[in-house]
Amino acid sequence: MTRKLLLGNEAIAHGAIKAGIRVATAYPGTPSTEVFSTLINFAEEFDFHAEWCVNEKVALEIAYGAAISGARSLVSMKQVGLNVAADPLLTGTYLGVKGGLVIVVADDPGPHSSQTEQDTRNFANFAKVPVFDPADPQEALDMTIEAFNISERYHLPVILRPTTRVCHVCQDVNIPETYFTSPKARFEKGSDYVIFPNVSRRKHSDLIDTLQNISEDFSTSAFNLTEGEDDRGIVCSGVSYYYVKEALQRLQVKPAVLKIGTPYPFPDKLVTSFIKDKQSLLVVEELDPVLENEIFRLVGKTGIKTELHGKNDRLVPGVGELNVDLVEKVIATWLGKSLPEMSVAEKPELPARAPILCAGCPHRASFYAIRKAAGKKSDVVFTGDIGCYTLGTMPPLSAVDTCLCMGASITEAQGIGRAEPGRKTIAVLGDSTFYHTGIPGLINAVYNQYPLTLVILDNSTTAMTGFQPHPGTGQTAMGEEVPIVDMVKLIEGCGVKSIKIVDPVNLKAAVQAVKESLDYQEPSVVIMKRECINLPGHKAASNPVFVDEQKCRDCGLCVTEIGCPALVMEKGQKPRVFETCVGCGLCVEVCPFDAIQGGGR
Amino acid sequence: MDIIMCGVGGQGTVLASRVLGDTAMKQGFQVRTSEIIGMSQREGSVVSQVRIGHDLNGPLIPDQAADFFLGFELAESVRNLEKLGPQGIAIVNTQKIVPPSCYLGASSYNEPALLDYLQKQVPTLILIDALELARQAGNLKAVSAVMLGAFSAVYSEIAAAEIANELIEKLPEKLKDINTRAFELGKTYAEG
Ligand SMILES: Cc1ncc(C[n+]2csc(CCOP(=O)(O)OP(=O)(O)O)c2C)c(N)n1
Repeated sequence: MTRKLLLGNEAIAHGAIKAGIRVATAYPGTPSTEVFSTLINFAEEFDFHAEWCVNEKVALEIAYGAAISGARSLVSMKQVGLNVAADPLLTGTYLGVKGGLVIVVADDPGPHSSQTEQDTRNFANFAKVPVFDPADPQEALDMTIEAFNISERYHLPVILRPTTRVCHVCQDVNIPETYFTSPKARFEKGSDYVIFPNVSRRKHSDLIDTLQNISEDFSTSAFNLTEGEDDRGIVCSGVSYYYVKEALQRLQVKPAVLKIGTPYPFPDKLVTSFIKDKQSLLVVEELDPVLENEIFRLVGKTGIKTELHGKNDRLVPGVGELNVDLVEKVIATWLGKSLPEMSVAEKPELPARAPILCAGCPHRASFYAIRKAAGKKSDVVFTGDIGCYTLGTMPPLSAVDTCLCMGASITEAQGIGRAEPGRKTIAVLGDSTFYHTGIPGLINAVYNQYPLTLVILDNSTTAMTGFQPHPGTGQTAMGEEVPIVDMVKLIEGCGVKSIKIVDPVNLKAAVQAVKESLDYQEPSVVIMKRECINLPGHKAASNPVFVDEQKCRDCGLCVTEIGCPALVMEKGQKPRVFETCVGCGLCVEVCPFDAIQGGGR
Repeated sequence: MDIIMCGVGGQGTVLASRVLGDTAMKQGFQVRTSEIIGMSQREGSVVSQVRIGHDLNGPLIPDQAADFFLGFELAESVRNLEKLGPQGIAIVNTQKIVPPSCYLGASSYNEPALLDYLQKQVPTLILIDALELARQAGNLKAVSAVMLGAFSAVYSEIAAAEIANELIEKLPEKLKDINTRAFELGKTYAEG
């Protein structure tokens, strides 16, 4: 046994290695990313294949293909990634697997860095996939190993669902020495991996029986704990279990506690025996009332009489993260105890500190060019997408009017243009997002003759999630150099006739390119090509800008037009340049009086 | 032992919390640390929470429960001050990182009011110009080493040398000397 301080995501990776995975795939997404980026570091040593995929559907299908050949496989993604991968998940569960398949799907109560607060436990229920819900990194490691066992025993994919406060929490974790050696993989022909309606019917029926068996198994699982005896009981799961424990210590009360680590299929037997002698129950869980609704079902099934509190009666908040303070208040209310008021002296005004595009970020120049091309007071709709560049919605750039899900910039533009013929749109998305789900929308525009103006912000990386390579970078997860999937040829192949490539910091050319694209009557694409300044190996500023105070006329445009964090102007003073300036030179182009000089690499 | 570290993305709170966590684990303590990784790292507000001890619960520190509060930036320290317990010790870097929202007129940074608030609310407050000490050590990015050094002077459960060693071990060769100096400068300042 080795003891190490591990991030929850690192612990999951170590669990997968101990479980003997042969294939690992992923598409990045906070808070799941470090599961796979940790695995990369061990792939050679433990002789398994690891690849970043273009999207989650692709990643799941590859892992599934490996699993039906008998190889233990793991795929990881954030919760909205599972929406993209839903199709193979549902059918794959009917058809089943041979080698263990574990799908790590990270949920994000809050949400801190996601579009939705969807609950993957409900997704698991919908897809009829068993799910494990770890409370801390140690349990995440142990559950990963057990998830592979369950998956292989029952021939089903299994979901491991950590949340942000498991993924991004460090704990001193015990890593077991034992290591599972998987048998050699071989796809056996003639085994039924072909879905047909008649196969589906049979498989569905088998699946329902299997889930019943797993529910029985889960009723004795070590991941479900009962603590204390009382006629009042709390049911909880994940990190909420610890909030409950700490709140109970602070309140010095001792209701019985049931912690559920296997929410689907629900361990009916265990929970029935816990609730049958309770006069009142409180369910404490993040996101949806999953355990709570299951208990409602059990109460209906068994006729047990008990009070049931939680999200349905709004005792527990229905949105956002829980924490000790919140849970303490909930429990106090439930037990009719009063809490001392905490007083905090009123604070002075605090500066608003929203995340912003970095100093020198090429996206800033691109958005500025797009705004200029569209005209100051223009009515052009900017359909945006997901990535660092979603920050282009903030003033002063204000050049993102929509953001729905990855790839939707291209297709929302078409919908808006169809609904309001003549209304101009500019769709903007990043390079990784283009390869992820942008291409079908582009093909659709060509096919259906929509005069799309598409701007691709090509910064040669997946910046938002920590600089992963993608098909356009010519590098794999393992760092191998491979031929790039040429974006221009790809777009040409889709039938687009006008494609321009410009450096966004070359402002005149960039504005001109977008203008021409807007006037073009057929689908056209502008690629704004400039590397992310945070890419490892990117040369830091060799030539930051400086202000020629003689020439400066205090107009302030350099600050108010582009909002670069490296350039500030205090009342009554000349603009000042910070050390963070990388010398991209955008402000040089913006100054009408040539008062900013230097810059450029 | 509950420790809050707050500041602005890029200031090194994540490194500092890992250093403390690893040192404590090697001394036989249980450890939980928590941070939000992602969008907020782009110059947004960041908070790291570190819990060290035995029979620990979850990763999040309740309000008014932190024994130590390391504020890496002035305004962020005020923003998160409710985490500090009534008997807690706060070490606050007086460095200001003024967000662009202030230059665009959307909000303001009132330094005297922020300092005044801290001085009124915190019985045991150590104000430190960690940026200046980092400069003296040879690199503006050594702020987190200065803060760890200052913390080691007021925290008695783990020897300062253990924390310093863990920090140095995590850094590339060329930064080791600068950060050793920065750590010492922070420690000496807080002892004084
Ligand atoms: C379906 C889905 N998968 C993953 C994510 C997480 N995610 C958000 S943006 C992004 C990639 C952005 O990369 P790119 O388009 O190149 O833009 P950049 O951040 O480099 O500017 C990812 C992976 C998500 N929001 N949705």
